[in-house]
Amino acid sequence: MSSRAQVYLLSFIFIFIGIGLTIYKNSELEFPLLPGERKTIWTVEAKIEFKATDKPVTVSFALPHNPPEMGILDEDFTASGYGFGWDSNQQERRAQWAKRKAKGKQVLFYKVQVFKQSDTYPVEDAIPPTETKAPDLSPSLKTTISQLVTYVYNRSADNTTFATELIRLINDKEPIEDVQLLLGNQGLSKTRLALNALALANVPARVAKGLRLEDGRRNQKLTTLIEIFDTDHWVFLNPKTGQKGLPDNFILWQRGGSSLLDVEGGDNSKVSFSIIKNSQPAKSFAILHGAENQAALVDFSIYSLPIEQQNVFKSILLVPIGAIVVVLMRILVGVKTSGTFMPILIAIAFIETTLFTGLIIFLVIVTIGLFIRSYLSRLNLLLVARISAVVIVVISIMAGMSILSHKLGISEAMSVTFFPMIILAWTIERMSILWEEEGPKEVFTQGGGSLLVATLAYLLMTNQYVEHLTFNFPELLLALLGCIILLGQYTGYRLTELRRFQPLAED
Amino acid sequence: MFFARPSKLRQKGILGMNKRNVSYIAKYNQRSLYPLVDNKLKTKLVAETAKVSTPKLLHTIEYQHEIKQLGDVVNKYDGFVIKPSQGSGGKGILVITERTAEGFFKPSGETLTLSDIKRHVSNILSGLHSLGGKTDVAMIEALVQFDPVFDRYSYEGVPDIRVIVFKGFPVMAMLRLSTHESDGKANLHQGAVGVGLNLANGKALCAVQSNRPVDEHPDTGSHFEALQVPHWDKILHLASSCYDMTRLGYLGADIVLDQQLGPLLLELNARPGLAIQVANNTGLEPRLKHIETMKKHGFSVDQRVQYSQQQFGIL
Repeated sequence: MSSRAQVYLLSFIFIFIGIGLTIYKNSELEFPLLPGERKTIWTVEAKIEFKATDKPVTVSFALPHNPPEMGILDEDFTASGYGFGWDSNQQERRAQWAKRKAKGKQVLFYKVQVFKQSDTYPVEDAIPPTETKAPDLSPSLKTTISQLVTYVYNRSADNTTFATELIRLINDKEPIEDVQLLLGNQGLSKTRLALNALALANVPARVAKGLRLEDGRRNQKLTTLIEIFDTDHWVFLNPKTGQKGLPDNFILWQRGGSSLLDVEGGDNSKVSFSIIKNSQPAKSFAILHGAENQAALVDFSIYSLPIEQQNVFKSILLVPIGAIVVVLMRILVGVKTSGTFMPILIAIAFIETTLFTGLIIFLVIVTIGLFIRSYLSRLNLLLVARISAVVIVVISIMAGMSILSHKLGISEAMSVTFFPMIILAWTIERMSILWEEEGPKEVFTQGGGSLLVATLAYLLMTNQYVEHLTFNFPELLLALLGCIILLGQYTGYRLTELRRFQPLAED
Repeated sequence: MFFARPSKLRQKGILGMNKRNVSYIAKYNQRSLYPLVDNKLKTKLVAETAKVSTPKLLHTIEYQHEIKQLGDVVNKYDGFVIKPSQGSGGKGILVITERTAEGFFKPSGETLTLSDIKRHVSNILSGLHSLGGKTDVAMIEALVQFDPVFDRYSYEGVPDIRVIVFKGFPVMAMLRLSTHESDGKANLHQGAVGVGLNLANGKALCAVQSNRPVDEHPDTGSHFEALQVPHWDKILHLASSCYDMTRLGYLGADIVLDQQLGPLLLELNARPGLAIQVANNTGLEPRLKHIETMKKHGFSVDQRVQYSQQQFGIL
């Protein structure tokens, strides 16, 4: 393969991996692409209370199991003195607490943090219902309900339309006679009536319970929904309104008929729920979520480092951004700088001092440095000694500026210490030589070029979007690497050459 | 128009910096051969073996303590040149044209004392002028007695001839003349005059200063029309043989004319600049492409020079 083809292949692979990982992290691990994005997290606490009767206690409590449209971030089980275990099967997930002996009021807590997920997990949807048993009803009741079923049946096309029509009739403000009778005299609840009617009509149906997520609610009860099976999937119906589907901000807690809470060895048991809404920065959410799922990208990432090191990396990861500015300004524009990567170092110093102060400090130090250097050159010193002397002079200037600015109450100039002193000393030395050999024009060209590139690099490196992306998606560096490799192959003209060779283009 | 259209430059075959770096220097200049040209001492030694004439090496100084004897060395000569062996772009070259009781005279007339010269040598040894600040060696060379043929065209400085040699073929040449504006230096971007030379006979084609065409030297007022570089075949021969000497495919040879010794190789450059195109008012690329597409030839230096004169010369 020719080297050119290799370059294209390599850079394509880098760019592909870099952008691919970024997209993966964004869509699967939900890392936000923009800074400041927040994610709503609901904390639901279920409080189980009962009175123990001085006997061995077993509490079995149904837990949300792959709730549709919701993801579970974290769960917490609190019950002092109780042993904890699972009592799960394929359809259901239950927590089980047990204690050899308990007396008096007992309180158990289950806390779960959930968040809205864009994609749903209809895990159970395809599972057809088991045989439905005909409800145990008195003959007269059965007759009345059968009449209702026949009435609705003729007004429907399939299971879903049957169920919605049934619920509509039951909830009608002026219900038909049969319904009036059933609800009134027989004292059936609307939900019970609907379920009985559905059973008689051979429509597979079951009860589903869930919670409406509303901020700051306490002592909430579960809301009951009816699920009916239509051809190949379950349909949720609100027994009060007939509305199809799950309500907004709703977590489905339990599906199917079994009980929510079973307490052995206690009585007067009850469950109440309280809900708190809070919003977290999407990033910390993603880290938590990723760590929960053992995502390798999160587990083996910068986030696994201590915060202090993370902050160091925050700056280090910005260096490549400076590098690409240098590459672009060199290869595409053709700006002359003193020292290839000197502008990046200046830009990093600017980050600490802010741009304007940084520029002034830089100019002051270099100007004073140049004067002192020109004096030192008359003293006939060896080069290394002379540069060392310049280093000390630079440090003195910095110290002087810090003290002066402190006395004047300007805090920015105190950050001069962040300037790389040795680099500054070398810059002064080189500029002074440049001045002697090529004249002041060249010094201004190169010095100006350095500051221009440094300023551009600074503006890019302090951009909050760039900062956010480099730190949270370090794999983008691979894409950057790919671009830099591609640019390394650029053989076109530089912008400055279009000016330089302009006379040649004239006929 | 302030900027040229890239398509126009491409059509004229102007070689850009990026293309030079990627398609010619990186492709034809083996990295391991660089020290031969980056280190002028090595170049000189190779040139001596290859019988390529260069200014005579008078002395070398490698260690700081040797600087003490510098006085004894320089006092033997009236004029000499001190240069860092690893300097680039003409940096750190000190030319002394005359020595009197008062001190040492630079071409500009500035006087230096012995201690100024010692400091200069010390700086060289410390690596001030070398690429990347490596410690360096100072070379003291015989001063070239410039052929007076250029006296009318040069001001305060050293005229030299730059020949670009590609795969052993001279492809373009120019004469660089210092001006008052360039402060005696032969760098075009500092205001020196570049005179494009006809490869066929060494006659001036056109001249530019700071990208603008000029007809006469701005300081001496002499017209370039009559300018013809003597020993032309010998110069091309010298440049072309640098390829055999270094095996560098893309090369710039800087040649000076000594009154007695004729053309002398001053230094080689593995990354020659592109200003030569402006001086010649023509692009390098068509010539480079021409050589690139040539079949295996086995030409001798003479044949290559002749071929270039026929192909690229203007008759």
